[in-house]
Amino acid sequence: MSSMSGTSSSATSASPSASVPATGTTKGVPRLRKRREHSAGRPKRSVLLTVLTGLILVYTVVPLIWLVISATKTQEGLADSSGLWFADDFALWSNIRDTFTYHDGIFVRWLLNTLLYVGLGAGGATFLAILGGYALAKFNFPGKRGVFAVVIGAVAVPGTALAVPTFLMFSKMGLTDTPWAVIIPSLVSPFGLYLMWVFATEAIPVELLEAARIDGAGEARTFFTVALPLLAPGIVTVLLFTTVATWNNYFLPLIMLKDPDWYPLTLGLDAWNNQAQTIGGDVIFNLVITGSLLTIVPLIAAFLLLQKYWQSGLAAGSVKE
Amino acid sequence: MTTLQPPAAAKPRKSRPPAQGDRRSWTGWGFIGPFVAVFALVFLAPIAYSIYLSLFRDQLIGGTQFVGFDNYQQALQDERFWDSLGRVSLFLAVQVPIMLFIGLLIALALDSGRLYGTDFFRITIFLPYAVPAVVATLMWGFMYGTKYGLVGDINSAFGVTLPDPLSSDLVLASIGNIVTWEFIGYNMLIFYSALKVIPNSLYEAAEIDGAGQFRVITAIKLPAIRGALVIATIFSIIGSFQLFNEPSILRPLARNAITTDFTPNFYTYSLSFNGQQHNYSAAVAIIMGLITMVIAYVVQLRGMRKGA
Repeated sequence: MSSMSGTSSSATSASPSASVPATGTTKGVPRLRKRREHSAGRPKRSVLLTVLTGLILVYTVVPLIWLVISATKTQEGLADSSGLWFADDFALWSNIRDTFTYHDGIFVRWLLNTLLYVGLGAGGATFLAILGGYALAKFNFPGKRGVFAVVIGAVAVPGTALAVPTFLMFSKMGLTDTPWAVIIPSLVSPFGLYLMWVFATEAIPVELLEAARIDGAGEARTFFTVALPLLAPGIVTVLLFTTVATWNNYFLPLIMLKDPDWYPLTLGLDAWNNQAQTIGGDVIFNLVITGSLLTIVPLIAAFLLLQKYWQSGLAAGSVKE
Repeated sequence: MTTLQPPAAAKPRKSRPPAQGDRRSWTGWGFIGPFVAVFALVFLAPIAYSIYLSLFRDQLIGGTQFVGFDNYQQALQDERFWDSLGRVSLFLAVQVPIMLFIGLLIALALDSGRLYGTDFFRITIFLPYAVPAVVATLMWGFMYGTKYGLVGDINSAFGVTLPDPLSSDLVLASIGNIVTWEFIGYNMLIFYSALKVIPNSLYEAAEIDGAGQFRVITAIKLPAIRGALVIATIFSIIGSFQLFNEPSILRPLARNAITTDFTPNFYTYSLSFNGQQHNYSAAVAIIMGLITMVIAYVVQLRGMRKGA
């Protein structure tokens, strides 16, 4: 499989190995043509197979539909009506307003915190992964094998085994209960590094780098002007997956943060839910549910809008032989 | 190959003159340096610190003292630890095969080209991956409710009494269902991506040989994505052994069924943050880490050796 370096993604035929556009930026690339045409022509579509797969689809979407419907109900409506149909009063807008204004707008604060952690954490992790993947793919340097072995070995170390010592270390450094306690550990993504490595190996022809160097470009300049643009689909992929990891992070902020003012959305929703379970606590399940919906909408939108990029990036990650 | 190995293309780069590799030898560090520095801070240092911690004990008299492997010895005889390990092992043995098998079936169905609306299926089934564990668990927790949840709806609609999904008998299965829901689509996508890059020539050869659909799957598709299968299995093993988020978030709804030592991770967390037993907690965490690594390694060796 050598098609990743092909910039002319042979749109002429249904050539199978050009299934993945090397750079999503190339003009005229057919929209992720993933169906290879077997020489006997298209296989016949099967209603039975579609229905069977449809069962899994139902399993997948029922909770999401439940969430959307429930977000339209008041606290009373939640208790009185069936889960998969609307209650008498449609309270989605008032729920959203209440979610944003409850407790002096703490939800907005959590949202901004999440954006901060994602921006610096996932953004930084992606940047470090790009640099590292590029180095592993295109340079020979002492200790390269060692770096690889250690990073891959570390993937198998349970994150929670690291949590306690990291917490104690950060506590001594005075970093706990600050945004840094969440951001710094998010900066390392071994999976991102691996993906960028595979991607850079395939997507950047060595000859291009040589040409830039012969033209007198420094290493930094070569990287930014020649390598970086070629890595675009891989970058989007890694950025999306580190964003999900950071946006959805629960355990790390749970141990690092005590002050609700620094909570990300996940921890905030958990706190609201717990509050409703404690005796005498303000029961706000409608806000927990509406807040949950608001939390997942941006990520789902990002995945849908950027499909073309991350699917080709992932496919490149599984390039073989 | 999707395995945890250097990309194949990295090795036989014959186009690069060897002299040049030597000349530039340290340049690469300029690029990988930042990653390695942060990695050392948030991976290597905590591991080292954890090992250090595990060798000491906080005594009422005499303060913190070096105790050698006493903490490990204690952990190996700790019934609460073994119970929790048994629980996640059961989880691993049941939930992971179900999840991977369904994910694989869907990937094969999508790849067969026989579905109506392949794109729609692929993206929709993947969507739960974008849902945080907190939200997924809260949603399912509400739906599990026998009074106001979907289970309650079913009970009143059909006049039946379904067992409580959050009772101690069923709570592990209920958590398994949440995890399955979260990760079927993700695993499906890993398999599907691997299936997509199978060279067409293989299919053509199969067609000439007159191989049927089923034969194509067993003789071409499955062997070709073995690497992806191994990786997904390893990730799932690690994920199962680390199980924490779902039981932790579900606990307010099922206080009796989900104890604070429900999983090994929950146990180390409780030891550290509720019991202040940092040293003992570190030893338990290290044992868990070692068990995870050994199993992941064995799976990788076995998975890669077959027919390699």
